Amino acid sequence: MTDLKYRLAPASEMSRYCFPNNAVSGDASRCVCLIDSSTVEEINHIVHNGGLYKRPFNEAFEETPMLVAVLTYVGYGVLTLFGYLRDFMRQWKIEKCQNATEREEQKDFVPLYQDFENFYNRNLYMRIRDSWNRPICSVPGAKVDMMERVSHDYNWTFTYTGRVIKDIINMGSYNYLGFAQKTGACQEAAAKVLSQYGAGVCSTRQEMGNLDKHEELEKLVARFLGVESAMAYGMGFATNSMNIPALVGKGCLILSDELNHASLVLGARLSGATIRIFKHNNMQSLEKLLKDAIVHGQPRTRRPWKKILILVEGIYSMEGSIVRLPEVIALKKKYKSYLYLDEAHSIGALGPSGRGVVEYFGLNPEDVDVMMGTFTKSFGAAGGYIGGKKELIDYLRTYSHSAAYATSMSPPVVEQIITSVKCIMGEDGTNIGRARVQQLAENTRYFRRRLKEMGFIIYGNEDSPVVPLMLYMPAKIGAFGREMLKRNIGVVVVGFPATPIIESRARFCLSAAHTKEMLDTALKEINEVGDLLQLKYSRRRLVPLLDRPFDETTYEETED
Amino acid sequence: ACKTEGILILWIIRLLFSKTYKLQERSDLTLKEKEELIEEWQPEPLVPPVPKDHPALNYNIVSGPPTHIITVNGKECINFASFNFLGLLNNEKVKSAAQASLKKYGVGTCGPRGFYGTFDVHLELEERLAKFMRTEEAIIYSYGFATIASAIPAYSKRGDIVFVDEAACFAIQKGLQASRSNIKLFKHNDMADLERLLKEQETEDQKNPRKARVTRRFIVVEGLYMNTGDICPLPELIKLKYKYKVRIFLEESLSFGVLGEHGRGITEHFGINIDDIDLISANMENSLASIGGFCCGRSFIIDHQRLSGQGYCFSASLPPLLAAAAIEALNIMEDSPDIFQTLRAKCERIHKALQGISGLKVVGESFSPALHLQLEESCGSRENDVKLLKRVVDYCMNSGIALTQARYLEKEEKCLPPPSIRVVITVEQTEQELDKAASLLKEAAQSVLN
Repeated sequence: MTDLKYRLAPASEMSRYCFPNNAVSGDASRCVCLIDSSTVEEINHIVHNGGLYKRPFNEAFEETPMLVAVLTYVGYGVLTLFGYLRDFMRQWKIEKCQNATEREEQKDFVPLYQDFENFYNRNLYMRIRDSWNRPICSVPGAKVDMMERVSHDYNWTFTYTGRVIKDIINMGSYNYLGFAQKTGACQEAAAKVLSQYGAGVCSTRQEMGNLDKHEELEKLVARFLGVESAMAYGMGFATNSMNIPALVGKGCLILSDELNHASLVLGARLSGATIRIFKHNNMQSLEKLLKDAIVHGQPRTRRPWKKILILVEGIYSMEGSIVRLPEVIALKKKYKSYLYLDEAHSIGALGPSGRGVVEYFGLNPEDVDVMMGTFTKSFGAAGGYIGGKKELIDYLRTYSHSAAYATSMSPPVVEQIITSVKCIMGEDGTNIGRARVQQLAENTRYFRRRLKEMGFIIYGNEDSPVVPLMLYMPAKIGAFGREMLKRNIGVVVVGFPATPIIESRARFCLSAAHTKEMLDTALKEINEVGDLLQLKYSRRRLVPLLDRPFDETTYEETED
Repeated sequence: ACKTEGILILWIIRLLFSKTYKLQERSDLTLKEKEELIEEWQPEPLVPPVPKDHPALNYNIVSGPPTHIITVNGKECINFASFNFLGLLNNEKVKSAAQASLKKYGVGTCGPRGFYGTFDVHLELEERLAKFMRTEEAIIYSYGFATIASAIPAYSKRGDIVFVDEAACFAIQKGLQASRSNIKLFKHNDMADLERLLKEQETEDQKNPRKARVTRRFIVVEGLYMNTGDICPLPELIKLKYKYKVRIFLEESLSFGVLGEHGRGITEHFGINIDDIDLISANMENSLASIGGFCCGRSFIIDHQRLSGQGYCFSASLPPLLAAAAIEALNIMEDSPDIFQTLRAKCERIHKALQGISGLKVVGESFSPALHLQLEESCGSRENDVKLLKRVVDYCMNSGIALTQARYLEKEEKCLPPPSIRVVITVEQTEQELDKAASLLKEAAQSVLN
């Protein structure tokens, strides 16, 4: 064990799927990779780098098969040509133009939209528009009711037939711990607070909008995260876009991951600091940027940077990857920079007791300077929070844009968060919270494994409840969404511009509320649709495990 | 001919050498020197310490609902600080509509609008708002601040020009900053200044007509300004719009549900055709006593935000119970249009009663439900002014009237308004309470400022 050499390899190099062979916690594990069926190569598991990781870190991004890439480009090419043709026909009035148009009185104003901006919208997005904005009419739990809508003019307009499609298995909502419920302790508590406090607040935190409920929530969140102090805000997106400018300004440096969420990018831009991007989850790229920044200082003037802030997310929602937090923290300590961790998807979803990615890696929450997260996903409510040292939170209470100008959180939403956090921590006297966290972990492992056995290309980390399944070709985006809906399963499909143009995918979000039967039904249908649409691109098919029953403890996974 | 070739060769040689010089400079530092630099570098602390007595650090704690009678820091007061203009915060019908929604949908929506986060309540609320405002379409955001801050950058990009009033609120300023457009500030409510800027832009355009043909122009104004309580001269703006071909974005957070015969805002107040305004944005956190915001206008304009509004596409949708509360509030507004008259009468009453307080001047229109009381004479520094006003506010709080100072981020505002006390009028306040508030403020001003 001790004579094995360790090397640090970025995730982008891990283009082969590896599964651990007899992984034992804390020790080196060896990773067996199948390159093709004839050779077997051993690579030291990259993760136990100097003992930073206490558990195996399995992340894979299989390369796009060459033929598929070529066909995808061809597909987009054909669509673009047809797009030009249709635009031409619309311009010459051969085809009726169904776009909304400018007012007659304002026809001589400068056009509001450039024709090219909307090319993608008119000609590509419009064809498969029915995959998105699907209206639902029940609680967004494991099963959901959807309003049926049809289009008689190829998605330009929709009409509702009035019928409701019932009990669709919901694999699209961010309901990781199943707290989206219309009955139960959380809902009852929220109802009580609603009748006492009302729905709105009508004032900002700094003026007359700071209710006792908000103070209670913030103390509880601080305790949950294991930090000194916390502050809550009404919108997760706004938490990033309004607080990053308060923390850094001109003369500071922000190092942001390639695939960061729009709210982080907006917050970084609004702050006025210099932004540099490092490759996704690539610690060498980050280290290089840190070294260069400190050695060379600000561009042109060479003055030293005032501070350096690293922006990363816990789970990246489009890739399903988990940040390499132990290495980021080691780098941050070595180069004296600050870490801003956005746990929008990972809080509640990772870690043996749902405390997020910090607990998942067994690290100290005090090492993360700014712990940010949202209440929308695992807590079934709305809003965001920031946790950290008392000085940080005091500063944000005074200088955050949200505290001074934005209305504070609605009381029943606050109560839902309080009740669900207490449930996860086990303080409500039941075991529900812990059971749900474990159920989610089991569901994740099971679902990901079965999909890989079937032969789909699945991105991301083994433990992330966000499961992206690669589709690649534009026509398959629409086809997959529609076929799954026919079989009563609601999925989310994503294409350009949320993802690179050839890497469109379907994204499943697992939930603790999904039972094994629901997952099996979903897997059966995915298998069928996968065969129908020829989506099984993976060339490294996993050998299926012998069918064995679910067992309770899955945190030390032993496979053979 | 030989000379020019010789010069050319010398020039090329010079270029070759200058390039290598630059490369050498960068790799001049040895590894050891780099490590020393890394060792020596000391960053600033993440946040500077905040003094314990900073006025914005110690929040008032409200125990219980922030309704007409409010318990602040343990003391029961009459609420003159929450923007609950129509008194709908405590309305039983609104609460029961929200309860019904809570029983049907739970609390959160668990997703953005694009991914199973669109509920039938959202669609209904958008339809109702569009119908109420008599526009083609409306779009809802889950956070009031994010509404205008996402709407502006969806249309105005780098290279476009935006003329904005000096007294625009912070949300508009952030929207403009995110848009990266050229911002031109005109003096508050000064149409002559705006026309001057427009004329200047026109002469610029004539110099470069090709660029002018693709540069979009916008005017961003508020119906009732949050920072000054003034109304914007909309009829003159419409004239300027058609004369100089600029589009108008109107922010109606304070005037929605306040101005106009039926509460439709400043367009109804002035009798202007709503299609003349390109985009109306408002938040639902004042008159509608809910959370969130909406934009309304023609489909040609609003539909664009469904794919380009950052706060719409990348954020979870509004919790259904808050949308149901807003729908019920709209119902009440439509059923009893006389509350707007009542509110206006109350505003006029207190506006008159607050005149003549020695030391404080009233800033705002007589029909504006959110007024400011500023010091007639400043003490010299903003800090001292704030402290003085705090004493006035504390005096009033101790005697049962809850007031607050208007809070700003002093270093971030483009044109920082002077410190002031915010006085908010709601329909629930009785005439005795209004008179009591006015006389109490007179007393407080007397004792503190003299």
